[in-house]
Amino acid sequence: MAQWIPGSSRGASLRRINWRKQAFAYALLLPSLVFLTLFTYYPTLKTIWYSFLSSGFGAKKFVGFDQYTRVLQSEVFLKVIKNNLFLLVMTVPTSLLLAMYVAIWVNERMKGNGFLRTAFFYPNVIPMIAIANIWLFIYTPDYGLLDKFLEIIGVSGPNWLGDPRWVMWAMVIMVIWKEVGFFMVFYLAGLQNLPGEIYEAAKLEGARPLQLFVRITFPLLMPTTLFCMVIATTNSFRLVDHLYIMTKGGPDNASNLLLYHIYENAFSFWDTGAAAVLTVVLLVILLSVSIFNYVYLDKRIHY
Amino acid sequence: MHVFPYKIANRTLVTLLALLFLFPLIWTVLTSFTPGSEIITRSNPLAVNRPTLANYKAAWDAVPFLLYYGNTVIIVVGILAAQLATVTLAAYAFARLNFIGQGFMFILFLVQIMIPPDVLIFPNYVVVKELGLLDTKLAIMLPYWASAFGVFLLRQTFKQIPYELDEASRVDGCKWWQTLWHVYLPSAKPTYVAFGLVSVSTHWNNFMWPLIVTNSVESRPLTVGIAIFAQTFETGVQWGTVTAATMLVVLPLLIAFLVFQRQFVESFMHSGLK
Repeated sequence: MAQWIPGSSRGASLRRINWRKQAFAYALLLPSLVFLTLFTYYPTLKTIWYSFLSSGFGAKKFVGFDQYTRVLQSEVFLKVIKNNLFLLVMTVPTSLLLAMYVAIWVNERMKGNGFLRTAFFYPNVIPMIAIANIWLFIYTPDYGLLDKFLEIIGVSGPNWLGDPRWVMWAMVIMVIWKEVGFFMVFYLAGLQNLPGEIYEAAKLEGARPLQLFVRITFPLLMPTTLFCMVIATTNSFRLVDHLYIMTKGGPDNASNLLLYHIYENAFSFWDTGAAAVLTVVLLVILLSVSIFNYVYLDKRIHY
Repeated sequence: MHVFPYKIANRTLVTLLALLFLFPLIWTVLTSFTPGSEIITRSNPLAVNRPTLANYKAAWDAVPFLLYYGNTVIIVVGILAAQLATVTLAAYAFARLNFIGQGFMFILFLVQIMIPPDVLIFPNYVVVKELGLLDTKLAIMLPYWASAFGVFLLRQTFKQIPYELDEASRVDGCKWWQTLWHVYLPSAKPTYVAFGLVSVSTHWNNFMWPLIVTNSVESRPLTVGIAIFAQTFETGVQWGTVTAATMLVVLPLLIAFLVFQRQFVESFMHSGLK
């Protein structure tokens, strides 16, 4: 009953195949595979199939790409994609730069740094729904925290969440507030791995702090930055809970995001065809990000 | 040298930024102790003239918190327990066994990392419906019972365990599950803690999926309960109650975070390392 083969042994194909060993390995994978099949593979294939069927409660007919042309050309879809891109472009670089800056300054083992790290990280241990409750009150016109402060300096703020011109900006600030601490943690890990000798040498050469950052720290943290960029990009498509509390995607879809739009179509409008098409769009986006990550970035990171 | 003031300036800036980040929480805590009548009228949003517990009492009376806490705990523990089992077995297979199609299986698992269950809300709702499990706690848990992330995390750890330990326990007459239990599990404890913390905090906070599949107080977790409660209020007078309710949702994880701060931060760090 030798079920063990050292992980290092190669050339299993040269030996006679031991079917018991094969079965044993697959038996260990089976519990995971059952749930992966039920809730990842099967639903993914099902969505693709659904996206080619007609909507509604009656018998569904195969309609080819009709759903795609209907959904992808709709004004709302374009708005939603625009919002997602805006969120991506406005939050990812800012969060990462802030996270890097903060990490550099709370990295040292020194009194107070534990507190500072906590101050930045805590938004990540509380539910997005609670964050939404809190920020809803911050953005409330006149009585909200933000407007109270603006009142002090004599400015009267707009209706942050009610004005289509401001609502995405309000969301951007909130998302940055949530994400900085999360990526700070990855930068802290990255900083731990930086070779100390380089800094010593550079200091002996009389390098200034800013030069140290631009020439050494920033480039050496590039793998961390690329890694965080992929996560941040994916997150920007996944974080939608707050919309349920704060705006429902409004006013007039000004703050709507793709995943929330899927939710609306599937469970408020009962437009299953649109929900399927939009899910396929989201899958394509997420898969592209991952493939870009595995194929392109992985090669560049591990030099 | 000009290095010193440069340091002070940056430390001051980071500290101010930290206070700014803390502000929403401080304000929420203070508001939760402010009488409803004061919240709108006060000009200083941080002033609490007559601190009160009335908001907490109102929130506690309005929301079946005990039931929701119970539901969330059952869901979180139910997910973690199942994950630990599935993840350990698969990680062992990937780390220590050679089998035909290993590379293909690896990619199949990777698919779950690229397409996480929370973006499949619509088709997964259909699956749960087909299984006849709508409005149950089981429906909330099932999609997360397999975790490719956990498998890869643990596989890395298992691979670092010296193979000799494995062999030695086999020579002692241990069956594979005994080896797993006595050699692998204890050696991988930090990884299990990291995975556990990430899993618990993720599912404690999960909202969209439970919102979709539940429809009754009996199966709803805290997040869904509080969201439905908060929806019924929009005026400033009720802020006290809503902030108090929000605090009641946030507190358990926040306290856990403050107590296990280092493990938390390290776990999240761990979760990103391939």
